[in-house]
Amino acid sequence: MEEQDKILNEVTQGEYKYGFVTDIETEIIEKGLNEDVIRLISSKKEEPEFMLDFRLKAFHQWQKMEMPDWAYLKIPPIDFQAISYYAAPKQKPKYESLDEVDPELLETFNKLGIPLEEQKQLAGVAVDAVVDSVSVKTTFKETLAEKGIIFCSFSEAVQEHPDLVKKYLGTAVPSTDNFFGALNSAVFSDGSFCYIPKGVKCPMELSTYFRINAANTGQFERTLIVADEDSYVSYLEGCTAPMRDENQLHAAIVEIIALDRAEVKYSTVQNWYPGDKNGKGGIYNFVTKRGICRGESSKISWTQVETGSAITWKYPSCILIGDNSVGEFNSVAVTNNHQQADTGTKMIHIGKNTKSTIISKGISAGLSDNSYRGLVKVLPNAVNARNFSQCDSLLLGDTCGAHTFPYIEVGNKSSIVEHEATTSKIGEDQIFYCNQRGISTEDAIGMIVNGYAKEVLNKLPMEFAVEAQKLLQISLEGSVG
Amino acid sequence: MSSVAEKIDLSLKLTGHYNEVKEKLFEGSPDIINNQRKKAFQDFIMQGLPTRKNENYKYTNVQPSFAPDFKYFHSREQKDVDLHEVFKCNIPQLDTHLVLLQNGWYYEGNSQVGQLPEGVILGSLGQVATSHPNIFEEHYSQLADTSEDALLALNTAHAKDGFFLYVPKNVVIEKPIQVINLMQADVDAFVTQRNLIIAEQGASAKLIFCDHTLNPKRYLSNSATEIFVKENARLDCYITQNQHNRSTSINNIVIRQERDSTIKTNTITLHGGLVRNNLKVILDGENCQADVFGMAFLDKNQHADNFTQIIHAKPHCLSNQVYKNVLDEKATGAFAGRIHVVKDAQKTNAFQRNNNLLLTDEATMQTKPQLIIDADDVKCSHGATVGQIDEEALFYLRARGINEKDARLMMMNAFAHEVVQNIDVEPLRERIDDLIDKRLQGEISRCHDCDYNCEC
Amino acid sequence: MLSIKELYVSVEGQEILKGINLEVKPGEVHALMGPNGSGKSTLANVLAGKEEYEVTHGEVTYQGEELLEMAPEDRAKSGLFLSFQYPVEIPGVPMVNFLKTAVNEHRKHKGGKPLTAGEFLKLMREKKELVEMDTQLTNRSVNEGFSGGEKKKNEIFQMALLEPKLAILDETDSGLDIDALKIVANGVNALKSENNSTIVVTHYQRLLDYIVPDYVHVLYDGRIVKTAGKELAMALEEKGYDWIKQENGN
Repeated sequence: MEEQDKILNEVTQGEYKYGFVTDIETEIIEKGLNEDVIRLISSKKEEPEFMLDFRLKAFHQWQKMEMPDWAYLKIPPIDFQAISYYAAPKQKPKYESLDEVDPELLETFNKLGIPLEEQKQLAGVAVDAVVDSVSVKTTFKETLAEKGIIFCSFSEAVQEHPDLVKKYLGTAVPSTDNFFGALNSAVFSDGSFCYIPKGVKCPMELSTYFRINAANTGQFERTLIVADEDSYVSYLEGCTAPMRDENQLHAAIVEIIALDRAEVKYSTVQNWYPGDKNGKGGIYNFVTKRGICRGESSKISWTQVETGSAITWKYPSCILIGDNSVGEFNSVAVTNNHQQADTGTKMIHIGKNTKSTIISKGISAGLSDNSYRGLVKVLPNAVNARNFSQCDSLLLGDTCGAHTFPYIEVGNKSSIVEHEATTSKIGEDQIFYCNQRGISTEDAIGMIVNGYAKEVLNKLPMEFAVEAQKLLQISLEGSVG
Repeated sequence: MSSVAEKIDLSLKLTGHYNEVKEKLFEGSPDIINNQRKKAFQDFIMQGLPTRKNENYKYTNVQPSFAPDFKYFHSREQKDVDLHEVFKCNIPQLDTHLVLLQNGWYYEGNSQVGQLPEGVILGSLGQVATSHPNIFEEHYSQLADTSEDALLALNTAHAKDGFFLYVPKNVVIEKPIQVINLMQADVDAFVTQRNLIIAEQGASAKLIFCDHTLNPKRYLSNSATEIFVKENARLDCYITQNQHNRSTSINNIVIRQERDSTIKTNTITLHGGLVRNNLKVILDGENCQADVFGMAFLDKNQHADNFTQIIHAKPHCLSNQVYKNVLDEKATGAFAGRIHVVKDAQKTNAFQRNNNLLLTDEATMQTKPQLIIDADDVKCSHGATVGQIDEEALFYLRARGINEKDARLMMMNAFAHEVVQNIDVEPLRERIDDLIDKRLQGEISRCHDCDYNCEC
Repeated sequence: MLSIKELYVSVEGQEILKGINLEVKPGEVHALMGPNGSGKSTLANVLAGKEEYEVTHGEVTYQGEELLEMAPEDRAKSGLFLSFQYPVEIPGVPMVNFLKTAVNEHRKHKGGKPLTAGEFLKLMREKKELVEMDTQLTNRSVNEGFSGGEKKKNEIFQMALLEPKLAILDETDSGLDIDALKIVANGVNALKSENNSTIVVTHYQRLLDYIVPDYVHVLYDGRIVKTAGKELAMALEEKGYDWIKQENGN
């Protein structure tokens, strides 16, 4: 209650708060993409042979692939040769202590509300901070190590836990999965790696914070989470970028592998720069996220609050292989001004008694287009599978669009799949009622929108829920009246 | 053979055929029809015969249906036999204006049409094109967008004849008009049928289309129907599909509604090898209502795909859609329904529901309900379910002493009846209810109790 | 307090109010009665600032200000409260959240500090007793799943929280049983003072047994056709509205 009010009071400006640029020395390689660039990235990171092979295989496949055009998006042509595929804060690749981190960089994270000094940290959250695809600092590593949890940058994992990386890399998202997935597999520079050993419940939230800083670069990070038998972890991801007039490409991959009875909660608050009111600039966000419930009774849940990016193309999915495994997808996607979002999920039921739930809440305002796209597929052997999907759209104003594209494929008789979708607008009588009690139209919309999205926001960890509510309100400022 | 090679192959085959029979196609048809052929065929070539890579045909593979060597009917076949003797609709008390078509051609010996109100034009499409060129030219091929669907393009390229109906201003045709499409050939046959229906301002009519195959030859029927429903007019269109398991039935229906008009369609698929129904309704005036229903009852390897588009182009309109499938044995069902509310079509109410029952583990259902909303003051919803009979309800019935088999039948009948009850012609409704009941009880249920229907 | 002069109002081109004149002074209770469709609810909604009503002529001053120029929320914050005839449901918005925002907006307007969560809860408890509100109700979304009577009680409960200067009760009594009616009336009476005024829009005389009006006005066909004391309400109860209609040539 207290929190919610603080939020309402705090919000006075509708601008993107995170649009500043940090002046840090950055190493950027030449623009363009070819085999040499991939070899260069791999050698800069002193990677073992298997990593280079993985990258090259993906690259060769990528060259044969075409940009997907099936989404309800207008994507301007992207010149993949005009992008630099490696940018990193110039410093030692690894920081022994916080003192070695560029003070400008520390200041950046403080401004973002993410202090990297552990004593200032929010209790119970360990952070891996990634700037321009390179991990700059991972907090609470030692505390976690005591339990056998590995939480580090991807580069570090490649060096120190190559067996684990080799075993699981590309098992949820194969290097040749899709156009952007293949691109990422070829050029990804860093990201986070997390391994929770058998029987361990991770005592704190793990978090990766992504920040694009350099200009003319793409960000291609990769996250790999492996939850061994009977383990549990809750993982958070946040992201921001400076305001720039040109578009920047972000093509990330998140892979989750859950073994027997393991549970992984993955939450995202996506707040990349959405472009200005006229649609200039903003991040192109093409992300492949997929979890495999490989073990029996395992569970993977995706929760996302998507407010940023000029274009969002993202379908966090669950492959439910283990019997009795569970997949969840909870999403709030807000588009305003000229933003476009085509987002949703795939739930592939393979094991017996598998269950999935999809809750998607789209909110469109301004001149934006917001689409839900989802696939629920029940294979013949997935007996007693169960899915429930609820996809709602809320429209603010008559210049935006809300679209729903569900695909349902059921291959046996014992399964039940239900899909519901509604589209509505905020009612004038509701706003008038609030007005009559002294609440301004803007605040009334904020309250109603937060009420509408509550089902999803409630799934977020506390700290994130607060940030997400704020974001919703900011994203919709000025969209009514 | 890879699907791409096959696609090119079959498309080439159809192109070859078109060039070969071009003269026959143009011969005897008026310019109004001939003028559309060239562009239509180009549109077909551009798109090619659809494969499953085509998003609109994702769940239906029409390729194998086009593979056999077919006989085509590019001119009217003269027959000595009285078709009325060969085929009699045996639905009790169904009193209609009866029209027969054979292999896509209007039957010249139609003798049971009966008395129609003054000004009504009912007859052969090819002949009306010549006898009433003004009405015909104003409407023909105005709704069928050949660049949108390859099979609609192919139909327009091949079109020679079919059913035509014109209902003048404020004329009400009380009795339903029943159009029976018969497939009867001595070899495998490709049938093209083109229909045009115009209900002028304030007019009202009910149409019943029945599709039958009269022998076990393979049939591929590619039909297209354009329907104009003008201001304040009302049109009901009931379609019963009853073809054998080796037949393919492709139906394209496009309806345009003007203000204050009402339409109702109800497509009941009782039998058919592969059935693809494309239905597009454009609500192109304020205060229109469209009620669109459909139900398929399939078994063996049958496949039915209902593909609907409801386009709300003007404000204050209402559309309701309910499609159901009951799938037994290895049957596959598909539904793709799109509601598109265009910008400024405010105060739209659009509802869609698709419910499916799978009776075996081999049956498959694929459904793709879609909402594309570009206006804000709208109420739209869609729902889709795939599942089995509600076990709780079943238990409730059993707890009241009804045995499980009867309880199941009761539930399935109720499931189907929700669609069937929307047939406003009582004898037809009763017949279909009866057929479904028989089907559920495991009896053979064909619309026509004759022996030239074959299971194959 | 409130002064209405020659007010004409149309809805979708149809004239509903045809020259209303009304003067309300601090401390007064006015009852506005009349048959269905006479324009009672229209007047209430126009005063609260509902948009689809078009004022074609006339002026309204409220505490010396041009009421018709003010935004609905500003009218509310300066003490004008409408108890809705049909309170709208707002799914997903918790009552508590809604009420606290409203209360603090009012306080802000008066230059006060926002209440802390503790203070607010205390205030809510106090006011709840006044209308015998079920605690469960404030845990729900705004008006969602409330019965008709609960919605009306909820309106009076909000009135108690917001302490308006001018309360307009639009058919707050309709659909209430006698117990609920008493509770609502007691709530209204408890809030009455010499500084605030009430306009009771009603169909029935029985509410006026509990809320005693200083003036009773009869609204008919968009005009106030009769004004008198409490005894007018009694006469209406006995004789119905027909004689009014006859007097006005219908």
